[in-house]
Amino acid sequence: MLGAVPWVFAAGLVGYALVAGGYMATVVSFALIYAVFVVGLNLFMGFTAQVSFGQNAFAAIGGYSSAVLTTMFGWEPLPAMLTGVCGAVLAALVVGYPTLRLKGHYLAMATLAIGLITYEITVEWQSVTQGYMGISGIPPLGLGKWTVTSDRGQLVVLIAIVALSLFAAARIRASRLGRAFFAVAGSEEAARALGIDVARYKLAAFLLSAGFAALAGSLFVHVVGFVSPEVYGLHMVILSFTMLYVGGIGTVAGPLIGALIVSLLPEAFRGFKDYQDLAYGVALILLLIYAPRGLSTLFRRREARS
Amino acid sequence: MSILRVEGLTRRFGGLVAVNDVTFDVAAGRITAVIGPNGAGKTTLFNLISGAMPPSEGRVVFDGREITGLAPEAVARLGLVRTFQLVKLFSDLTVLENVKIGTHLHARGGLFAALLRPGWAREEERAVAKAAADLLDFVGLGDLADLPAAGLSYGRQRLLEMARALAARPRLILLDEPAAGLNAEESARLSAIIRRIAAGGTTVLLIEHDMTLVMNTADEVVVLDFGRKVTQGTPHEVRNNPDVIAAYLGGVEIGHG
Repeated sequence: MLGAVPWVFAAGLVGYALVAGGYMATVVSFALIYAVFVVGLNLFMGFTAQVSFGQNAFAAIGGYSSAVLTTMFGWEPLPAMLTGVCGAVLAALVVGYPTLRLKGHYLAMATLAIGLITYEITVEWQSVTQGYMGISGIPPLGLGKWTVTSDRGQLVVLIAIVALSLFAAARIRASRLGRAFFAVAGSEEAARALGIDVARYKLAAFLLSAGFAALAGSLFVHVVGFVSPEVYGLHMVILSFTMLYVGGIGTVAGPLIGALIVSLLPEAFRGFKDYQDLAYGVALILLLIYAPRGLSTLFRRREARS
Repeated sequence: MSILRVEGLTRRFGGLVAVNDVTFDVAAGRITAVIGPNGAGKTTLFNLISGAMPPSEGRVVFDGREITGLAPEAVARLGLVRTFQLVKLFSDLTVLENVKIGTHLHARGGLFAALLRPGWAREEERAVAKAAADLLDFVGLGDLADLPAAGLSYGRQRLLEMARALAARPRLILLDEPAAGLNAEESARLSAIIRRIAAGGTTVLLIEHDMTLVMNTADEVVVLDFGRKVTQGTPHEVRNNPDVIAAYLGGVEIGHG
């Protein structure tokens, strides 16, 4: 029963934003977009226990595909988004195949490089990305004549997408695929001795996480209507790591809880004015001291898994 | 009939020869034990057979097929599965989930099955759960299925690792010191379990220090010392072999064991 606490908390918060609308709805919308990103990150870093500092690269591919295809070529948002996700998964395949043979720090360095390179491309390839200026006038989500323009409408769409993402993560966790991920995380040697192709499952987790990252990157540009290189900078990596650890790495609810808390904390401390950042930092430290395995693990004795 | 043949197997680490020109056969359906003092090269021998490291020289033939230098997952796919001297469980997962992972090779569900759960995938999951529960009962851990694997006692962790390896339905199972950390009673139960594994048609090759277990359980014993095969025979023959007595009790052992 206690295990339901994180879900009730998240549902309450999102429900409140839906009713209140306005600024709260905007903040929660961004939190939900990040939740999609972190669900993917969690598949790779939580379930499979690998490290990637370069997931922002895949978000950038998703976001810029959406932006360029809709504004320059007049595509509908949905096919543009799908193209971005496929492009990111393809890029992850090309990048992941050689790098996933690297271990530990080397893999981390390689993925960091991918993020930085992608950032440079978005800055320098001006004929397509318009550099620092960015691309504006990106159409909102929609199909044909039906578009989602209101804050609340966008929130509803994002809630549905996050719910589907979490559902996917939960199903993966309880499947043969998820067990193979957890086996790789637990002991590569033991996994291989049981016939599990470790390299293949690392790559699978990487591709999935890239797909979620691209989806989040694309959602962002359609919700905001604008994209620039800074959107997918290194801060995205730091923020998503914070969300993953605060929420609970390797859990299903963790990415959503982490994304909501980390997005709302600065807002909660707005009254502290000059000391806002300080209060935010202190709160994060306290969270990691008192809930080292993440907030979503506080309310359970043991993860119930099928 | 031989299911595994090790031929002239040698492994050098720099100047040290851990396994030196070892040749023997493992008879199908039987229990073969590899014994020898610490540092005799037993675990290295297992690593060479299971693909964890390539040999410097020699061949490994499993079921008529050369597997020398194959990756561990490829060796496992052919039906040769091992356990580890230092237990390697998936410690964050439950006891039951550990055994379910062992069934990996005999299920086929991927992303599609995970997300959409078509009928065949649900069927497969039920079969996996049933097989895992049966194996836990087989090793006597049935009541502990939902506990985290890390919470088990050391002896039970060994039994769990064995159940997990059996879930891969191997034709040859390699057990690396299965009795380490077990008390006399547990060790006797283990002996019965190993005999039942062999009776079920799975060939067993084990490394063991516990001489009582080896003498009561094994059909055939291979003795290693300093990386070389000293002798091979039935437990009775080996026990009375002067070379073996020298290896275990002679002056050579003192100062290196």
